[in-house]
Amino acid sequence: MSFSKIKFDKKIVLSFWIILIALIIAAPTLLPVFRLNLLGRYLSLSIVALGVDLIWGFTGLLSLGQGIFFALGGYCAAMYLQITSSSEFPNNIPEFFALYGVEKLPFFWEPFRSPVFTFFAIWIIPALIAGLIGFLVFRNRIKGVYFSILTQASLLVFFNFFNGQQKLINGTNGLKTDVTQLFGQMVGSEPMQRLFFWITAALVIASWFFAKWVVKGRFGNILIGIRDDEPRVRFTGYNPVIFKTIIFSIAGGLAGISGALYTVQSGIVSPQFMTVPFSIEMVIWVAVGGRGTLLGAILGAVFINYAKSLVSEALPASWMFIQGGLFILVVTALPEGVLGWLQGDGPRNLLQRFGLKRKIETYPSLEVNNKEGNNE
Amino acid sequence: MELLLDSLFNGVAIGSVLLVAALGLAIVFGLMGVINLAHGELMMLGAYTTYVTQLIFKLPILKPFYNSYIIVSIFLAFIVSGVVGILLEKTIIRKLYGSPLETLLATWGVSLILQQFVRSVPLAYGTGLVISLLIGLFLPTTFPSKIKESINFKYFKFSSWIFAVLTGVLTGSVISSSVSKLSRASARNVDVTAPSWMRGQVEIIGTAFPKTRLMIIVITLISVIAITLFLNQSAWGMRIRAVTQNRQMSDCLGISTEKVDIITFGIGSGLAGVAGVAVSLLGSVGPNVGGNYIVGCFMVVVLGGVGNLLGTVLASFGIGIMTDLIGAGRLLSIWPDMPLPLSNTINFFATTSMARVMIFALIVIFLQFKPTGLFPQKGRMVEN
Repeated sequence: MSFSKIKFDKKIVLSFWIILIALIIAAPTLLPVFRLNLLGRYLSLSIVALGVDLIWGFTGLLSLGQGIFFALGGYCAAMYLQITSSSEFPNNIPEFFALYGVEKLPFFWEPFRSPVFTFFAIWIIPALIAGLIGFLVFRNRIKGVYFSILTQASLLVFFNFFNGQQKLINGTNGLKTDVTQLFGQMVGSEPMQRLFFWITAALVIASWFFAKWVVKGRFGNILIGIRDDEPRVRFTGYNPVIFKTIIFSIAGGLAGISGALYTVQSGIVSPQFMTVPFSIEMVIWVAVGGRGTLLGAILGAVFINYAKSLVSEALPASWMFIQGGLFILVVTALPEGVLGWLQGDGPRNLLQRFGLKRKIETYPSLEVNNKEGNNE
Repeated sequence: MELLLDSLFNGVAIGSVLLVAALGLAIVFGLMGVINLAHGELMMLGAYTTYVTQLIFKLPILKPFYNSYIIVSIFLAFIVSGVVGILLEKTIIRKLYGSPLETLLATWGVSLILQQFVRSVPLAYGTGLVISLLIGLFLPTTFPSKIKESINFKYFKFSSWIFAVLTGVLTGSVISSSVSKLSRASARNVDVTAPSWMRGQVEIIGTAFPKTRLMIIVITLISVIAITLFLNQSAWGMRIRAVTQNRQMSDCLGISTEKVDIITFGIGSGLAGVAGVAVSLLGSVGPNVGGNYIVGCFMVVVLGGVGNLLGTVLASFGIGIMTDLIGAGRLLSIWPDMPLPLSNTINFFATTSMARVMIFALIVIFLQFKPTGLFPQKGRMVEN
């Protein structure tokens, strides 16, 4: 897989950023609230996609359980919102507890009274749990398909746990956030949603730079090394377990942030975030956008979700066919994803096919040979 | 004693469903290193085959044989799921050989398409489609070798596909006109009713066992014995084992690994169909029926190790018995006066969903000691 970048002029890059930021600031006035809310949600999903790209595109770990960390972040945010808005309910605890006859707040809810704790919990708790799961799995050199199905199984375990515990976290009904209060305003109200949109957009850009920073330099090289030939990395003297655990918990933390942002914008967090299909969908966003490109993950998440909502509005039954076809197509025909195809040899090959560009006759072709890591 | 027997039987019953479902998955995974996420949907196809067979056997011509429909449907389900599996192998999985993670994603795509297919295409025409696939894929292989070697073979192949499509459309419309329930697409769950000889209970040593559960155990037993005999006694079985152990070497020695892949995938998928028959006896059949069992099957494969049927058998019965012990809180009834904190913990896990949580935790702990499952493959290869 090649990682060559098309070199852009500095002026073009600068103007691209200016336009992007202008669009983000102006979006709330340009779009109706419904569409703005959708866009905000998809942007928040692109943060979890960045995490998937880090672990799958760069390190070669296909996790089918990112939904766990996504939902955990969402639950952290929702628990804080519920508990701070519960003063008018009996016993000063969230309303749903009364349905199950619970009078005392379960112990793990207590710390969520503090906004500072919640702020850190949203990303640290998912990162810690990801680190723990990752360490236990990687320590035994479980990898490849085994890793994927173990993450899927742990996803199911978390789903079962959250789904079954009505008395602790309202079970299958989930926690609602849209009628709770934050800064004295309703979370579901229009100004708050606009604020959340801006926060999301800022965080998407921030986490994109963060991810770029992570994969830059030696750390990133080791990740790519693990993806391409793990035994060799180990024989060279690095311990892959540490690097895999770190990157997996980073992805978990990103998923947590993403889940919290998604929750406040969709108005509810429920065990549905931990279903198997949703977590696999995250992988397809990255696959379509282009794995190992970071930007592709963001674009893939936004565009596929947008397409999903458009198609589902028009022809509800056909989305499953399209999605299934997309999985097969992107894996068999376009393994680098759209952005990877654009950055790689895709366009040139296409032009060559129509005779618009001269073929490179050397073997191995010189242009290809100049790039790093093109052998596999 | 009676309690223990009851618990053991329940555990074996849960385990045998898992076993018959995981058997095909384990064989394919052992051979090709491919996890087939569409395995659950192949099971679903088997379950729907049972339903269609049941309705067809209600037609006046076949009414006298109605009681035997479940036996027939086992074979039909094997064929239907096997054919779909072979098509899957020929069109998608073969292209992705050597990249198991990509195969995982592609098979997930297939599973989505199959689910939606069952929802939005009338079952009668679905049956017709399977019949045309069956004829189209297998008719050319039955031609005498004289035709096969001739230059015009592609025309013969093409015409046999035309014949296949026509037969499929014809059967589809015949079924849809004669069985009204199959002529419309529906996303609703359907029910398979067991024939009269399978209803009720049998009493063994003073305990009553439901006959459908016993039937599932029998189906599992026969499948395991048949597959063991096939793998250990037949020539193709030997080739499959050889390729499982060392693909390059077998290829060098003249075994057609391509054919071995097709046959193994076909058998693995067929076994999923048989599992579908078993599942259809347990509850209603819907597009999502496979998803309920698939993760359990994965756990069996992870726990049992690759390339050894005994591991798969032990793992599924182990998981089955543990599920029953934990999920029904049996330990409490066996040992009623245990200390309070312990009994509280057991009560907390005494539901089906919490039992899964516990079992997964146990499996992860187990994998800390034996990361490659119960019976790992021996060898001195560099892992990769």
